[in-house]
Amino acid sequence: MKRALFAAAALLMAGCINGGAWAADKLKVGFIYLGPVGDLGWTYQHELARQALVKELGDKIETTFLENVPEGPDAERAIEQLVRAGNKLIFTTSFGYMDPTLKVAKKYPNVHFEHCSGYKRDKNMSTYSARWYQGRYIQGQIAAKMSKAGVLGYIGSFPIPEVVSGINATMLGAQTVNPNIKVKIIWVNSWFDPGKEADAAKALLDQGADMIMQHTDSPAAMQVAGERGKLAFGQDSEMIKFGPKAQLTSILDTWAPYYIERVKAELAGTWKSEDTWGGLDTKMFEMAPYTNMPDDVKKMAEDTQAAITAGKSHPFKCPVVAQDGKEVECKGGDHLQDGQILGMNFYVKGIDDKIPGK
Amino acid sequence: MELVEAIILSVLAASTPLLLAATGELVTERSGVLNLGVEGMMIVGAACGFGAAWLSGSIIFGAFCGVVAGILMSLIFALMALGLAVNQVATGLALTILGIGLSGLIGAGFVGERITPAPHLYIPGLTDIPLAGRILFGEDAFVYLSIALVVGVWWFLYRTRAGLILRACGDNHVSAHALGYPVLRIRLYAVMFGGACAGLAGAYLPLAYTPFFIPGMTAGRGWIALALTVFASWRPARLVVGAYLFGAVTILQLHAQGAGIGIPSQFMSSLPYLATIIVLVLLSRARTGGSTAPAALGTVFVPDR
Repeated sequence: MKRALFAAAALLMAGCINGGAWAADKLKVGFIYLGPVGDLGWTYQHELARQALVKELGDKIETTFLENVPEGPDAERAIEQLVRAGNKLIFTTSFGYMDPTLKVAKKYPNVHFEHCSGYKRDKNMSTYSARWYQGRYIQGQIAAKMSKAGVLGYIGSFPIPEVVSGINATMLGAQTVNPNIKVKIIWVNSWFDPGKEADAAKALLDQGADMIMQHTDSPAAMQVAGERGKLAFGQDSEMIKFGPKAQLTSILDTWAPYYIERVKAELAGTWKSEDTWGGLDTKMFEMAPYTNMPDDVKKMAEDTQAAITAGKSHPFKCPVVAQDGKEVECKGGDHLQDGQILGMNFYVKGIDDKIPGK
Repeated sequence: MELVEAIILSVLAASTPLLLAATGELVTERSGVLNLGVEGMMIVGAACGFGAAWLSGSIIFGAFCGVVAGILMSLIFALMALGLAVNQVATGLALTILGIGLSGLIGAGFVGERITPAPHLYIPGLTDIPLAGRILFGEDAFVYLSIALVVGVWWFLYRTRAGLILRACGDNHVSAHALGYPVLRIRLYAVMFGGACAGLAGAYLPLAYTPFFIPGMTAGRGWIALALTVFASWRPARLVVGAYLFGAVTILQLHAQGAGIGIPSQFMSSLPYLATIIVLVLLSRARTGGSTAPAALGTVFVPDR
C-alpha cells in the first residue's frame, strides 16, 4: 500500500513537471551533437548557432541539446528521446545521423527534422549544408602566394566527395597563382584525433611542405605549424589562438542565420521540407579575418571572395581537367553542376597522388 | 638524414603514451585484475594534468595531478571490482564511460587555453651530435620516465620477492591466499599503479604532445594500450617492442602517404595494428609456444574469512 501511494505521488509529480512545460506554450527545438560542445570545432559552431537562436527568439522557444551522440543506432534513440520530450523541430548535426533521422521522421510525421550535410529527405525532413569548397578555393590562392617551397600539405579525414572536392577546389585556386604548385596529402582516417593530426602535420612539414591545410576538426595541426614557424589554415572555427603567427584564415561554419530562419518558419507555420546548400552569398559559412599575410595577398583574397559571393566566379568553372588529362563534362552551364561537386570522386590535374581505394 | 631524425623523434613521442599506459595495465593484469577503464583514467588524467599545469604554470605539478587523478579513478574501480566483487569487465567499461564524461566536465573551464609544452632535455655537446644527439639526449622527461618505468617494472616482476607474490596472486589467488598473502590488498596496489600510469599517460598528451586540452583527445589510445598488453603476452620487454613498433608504423605510414607511394590510405591506417599484432604473436609463438595470460585474470576473488 505504502509503495502504491509512493508511486502515485511520483506520477503526480511527473505530471506536474510536464504540465509546467506545456503551460509555457513555447516551441520546443532540439539539437543532436556529434562531439562535446567544447570541441572548438564542428560541434562548437553548432552550439554557438543554438545560442544565437536563443538570443534572438528566446521568448518564443525552448531549446535542448544532446551532445556526444554516436552516429548509428544510438542516434535513433537520442532523436526519439527528443521527440518524446515534446520537441517539434529537431536539428541533427552530422552526416552519420542521416538514416536514424529518416527512420524517426517516418515514425513521427508531425515533427519536423533538419539534417546537416546529408542527401536523404522526406516530407518532414529537410537537409542543409554549406559550400565550403568556395572557401577552400580562396585558401588555395592564398596558399600558393604565401608558399615559398611551392608545396602545400593537406591533412584529410576520409576520402569522401566533400573532402575530395575541397582538395580540388584548393588546387584549382592555387593553380591560378602558381600553375606548378604541388600538394602532399595525408589521410588520418579520423575526424578527430589531435595526436594523429599533429603527427600528420609534422610529417608534411618534414617532407618539405611549408603550408598546412586541414579537413579534420582539432587545432593540433595549426599549433604544430605555429611552433615550427610555418603557416596554416583553420577549420570549422576560429583557431588563431593556437597559431597567432600561423593562421592565414579559417572557414567558419555560421549556422545561426539558417537556424533562426527555419525556426521562424516553424513558428509561422510555413516550414517546408527543403534542401539548402548555402554559400558565401547566404552566409552559410564565413572566412575568418585574413591575417599574417601582406596587403596584396589579402586584397587578392578579398577580391576572390567578393567575386564568388556575387556569383561572378565559380571555383569549378569549366573547363575542369581531371588528373588523367580528360576534360570533365560540363553539366552546369559554365561551371560544374552541384551534383558533380557533391559526388566528386576524381582529382584535378596537377595533383600527383591517387584517391585512396580508387 | 634530417628526415630520419624527424621521423624517429615523432615515433618516440607517439609511442610514449602507449608505453606508459600499457606498463601500468601490465602490472594490474599480472595481479589478476582486468581493468578496461584505461581510456577513462587516461582522459581524466589529461584533463586534470592540463588544468593543474595551466593554473600553476608548472608541467611537473600538472603531471603529478594527472597521476593523482588516475589513482583516484582507479580507486573507484577498486572499490567496485575488488571491494564489492563486481564483474571486472563491466566495471572497467563503466569507468571509461564515466571518465569521458567527467573529463569534459573538469575540462569545461579551460578548453581552448594554451600552455608551454614540457621542455626538451638539452646537454651542450651531447645533444648537438648529429642524428643520435637529439634522439638520445633531446627528449622530454616523459620519454625517459616511460623507459625507466618499464625497466623498473621488469626488475620488480622478475627480480624481487614482491613481484613474485604479485604474479602469484594473478596466477592463482586461492593458493596465494592460503599462503597468507593479502590478495585483495596486493591487487589494490596493482590497480592503483595502473591508474597512476594511465593518468600520467593521459597527462602526457596535453602537457607535451599537443599542448591544449579538448574533450576526447585520447582518441582510443587507452584501448590500444590494453591490446598491446595482451599481444605482448604480459611481458615488459615485448611491451616495449610493441609500443615502439606501433608508434613507428603509425608515423611511417603518414610519411609514406605524404611521399605519395599510392597504397590506399585505409590500408595504411590499419598497418600499425596489423604489424604490431603479427610481430607480437610471432614473438610469443617462437619463445613460449602459447599464451602466458595470468591464470586468474579477470576472476573475482572473495576471501573466505
